[in-house]
Amino acid sequence: MLAATVRVTRDLDLAEECAQDAYAQALRTWADSGIPERPGAWLTTVARNRAMDVLRRESAFRRALPLLVMEEPAAGPEQDDRLRLIFTCCHPALAREAQVALTLRLLCGLTTAEVARAFLVQESTMAARITRAKKKIAAARIPYRVPAPDELSERVGAVLEVVHLVFSTGHTAPSGEHLVRRDLVDGALGLARMLHSLLPGDDEVAGLLALLLLIDARRDTRLSADGRLTLLAEQDRTRWDTRQIAEGTSLLAQSLRGREPTRYAVQAAIAAVHAEAPTWAATDWSEIVGLYDVLRGLWPSPVVELNRAVALGQRDGPRAGLDALAPLLDEPALATYGYLSAARADFLRRLGRRAEAAAAYEEALALTDNDVERAFLTGRLGEVR
Amino acid sequence: MAKYLVLIYGDEKEWANSSPQEREQTERAHRAFQSAAGAALLGGNELQPPATATSLRAGSASRPTVTDGPFLETKEVLGGYYLLEAADLDEVIALAGQLPEVAASHSGVEIRPVREHG
Repeated sequence: MLAATVRVTRDLDLAEECAQDAYAQALRTWADSGIPERPGAWLTTVARNRAMDVLRRESAFRRALPLLVMEEPAAGPEQDDRLRLIFTCCHPALAREAQVALTLRLLCGLTTAEVARAFLVQESTMAARITRAKKKIAAARIPYRVPAPDELSERVGAVLEVVHLVFSTGHTAPSGEHLVRRDLVDGALGLARMLHSLLPGDDEVAGLLALLLLIDARRDTRLSADGRLTLLAEQDRTRWDTRQIAEGTSLLAQSLRGREPTRYAVQAAIAAVHAEAPTWAATDWSEIVGLYDVLRGLWPSPVVELNRAVALGQRDGPRAGLDALAPLLDEPALATYGYLSAARADFLRRLGRRAEAAAAYEEALALTDNDVERAFLTGRLGEVR
Repeated sequence: MAKYLVLIYGDEKEWANSSPQEREQTERAHRAFQSAAGAALLGGNELQPPATATSLRAGSASRPTVTDGPFLETKEVLGGYYLLEAADLDEVIALAGQLPEVAASHSGVEIRPVREHG
């Protein structure tokens, strides 16, 4: 509904106010006369009419006339507006952190305070960031539309990166008491589903949705009853969401039908290998290492190298894993990445090199801010001291 | 419709050391850009090098302080500009992206929306 109102107003702030007014009016009216048959359409009509009223009263109306979409023939369904809105929020002329903030605020409906908490900044900082981004959209006239076919795949890539970032931040919160921020995970899943339903032929979109579904299928087993981190190796696989795994696997198959696999599809394939293994021990580590080999070709990244080294350590033993990690110690991008130290610590622990393992666990603790992860690392540190 | 200033920046030495063929290629590319822009093109110029620039800042009494050289001493210098009129940023990006300075490794382009008054 917000997206449809933006189409009328071309002004995000005004659209938000009108949307809020429409909800308030809805609460009053529906209490008396019941919920209309198509509440979404009713709300959209009210918000648009309100926006038109406001604009008519303002002298800016005449000046803004060229910007307004007046009576559009057969307004597109609400979903098309959400697609236009997400491409606007994720326009390359906006900085990545602005793209993420706008997407969370305008598409996922998080409050500014919630977005601020997700990214560890003050609410006033986040409010300023969002305001600046809206001003940039207005001043530079970032258009409110789905990109043309020849630019679409590149622009979709940026949107998917934002959705993936939102998911990752929610799946394992960088700091705070809780491991998971369910609002971010659900927001990302909702966006990925929306993108897939509106761009059903896009393999990259299907790949990302598959990846998110397969990872999220494990959500009920990541924490023990007393709130401690449960590793993949120890999770009760009978409590993984089999319906979601089936959906993810089927989407993965679809996304691999195209010419070349996309990086999300390969990541989803890795998640699928885990999802289909009955136990940790029975996991096909050779296949996983092979998939990481494909992934590093598509998406050369130190984090991919790290994850591949961990898988290699599972396939060939901790000595081999440690050797695979060695070149990453000089990698500046991983200098403050706690998972590198934690992976080394784990290999060292399994090799019985307790003093070195303890040092590595301490390093990991210094680089980890999430309380649940810290508690896990502290426990491991106690085991090797 | 809105106006945008497209500012062309690059490494002065690279520009100074370009061969006659490279200069000819660049000029051809600019003519192609101007033709593609058509009515969207409101103006533009190549600028003389930064060494020819003169800068003014606040001085004593009522006279400005006059100095030799550009306002900002930067590695990448301003080489030229175009003034475009377009409906939105994507249109400008599509046009300005055709400039030869965008493809070259040492140079690039800034798109600055013009603030309209009155």
